[in-house]
Amino acid sequence: MNMDSYSFFALAVATEESGGGFLPLKIIGVVSGILGLVFFLGSAVGMVRFPDFYTRMHAAGKGDTLSTMLMLCGFGMVTMEDFSIGSWLLLIKILAVILFIYLTTPTSSHALMRAAFEDDEMPMTEEDLKKSKKRGKKKS
Amino acid sequence: MTEWFATIMGASLFVLMIPIIYRICVGPTGFDRILGVNVIGTKTAVLLVIIGTLYGRVEMFVDFALTYALLNFVAAIIVSRYLNRTISLKEMEAREKAKEEGKV
Repeated sequence: MNMDSYSFFALAVATEESGGGFLPLKIIGVVSGILGLVFFLGSAVGMVRFPDFYTRMHAAGKGDTLSTMLMLCGFGMVTMEDFSIGSWLLLIKILAVILFIYLTTPTSSHALMRAAFEDDEMPMTEEDLKKSKKRGKKKS
Repeated sequence: MTEWFATIMGASLFVLMIPIIYRICVGPTGFDRILGVNVIGTKTAVLLVIIGTLYGRVEMFVDFALTYALLNFVAAIIVSRYLNRTISLKEMEAREKAKEEGKV
């Protein structure tokens, strides 16, 4: 454990000394990963707080797609150790996952919303909101 | 630096999944539940890439992530087709009759 952490530290120092080439790529990757986490936080808060199925679908669909794409893109940049053929292949694989998620997540949310609408799940109107507010006041 | 970043990302992703698990448990309709399952499945593909970064075998775990995303998509489509209530012909005619009577 101790030896391992020491070698990791030495490797970090060596890469920092050799520097330049791929350190900016790592910084961009870390920043885009943290941005993805922020979008996922928004999606999670929306899924808990929103009152209706369709609004929850709105929060989940958009935030989920964008945050997944940003996080995978960030990890593809961070794991780019050197510019050998293997690491390029890895980046292309991660880009394939991103392309797949870009195509399928909006499709699946569209199918779910269509199924909900044909199942007579009506969206919330303004009157429903007033009713729920009155109920809340009566309860309190 | 890469290992620390992967650990912190994985832990915070896991913490942020808790509200969605709450929505799966108490969701009023079945569609809420399957929506939460879909979101968690998409995030699991990211978690697999993070685990691969921690073990140093990303080229193997990326294939798992791709397969998991594919299965998640297929599951969402199948469930939406299953929950989609198709109306029989008799019921449709009865609804049209009711509409016409209501108009007249």
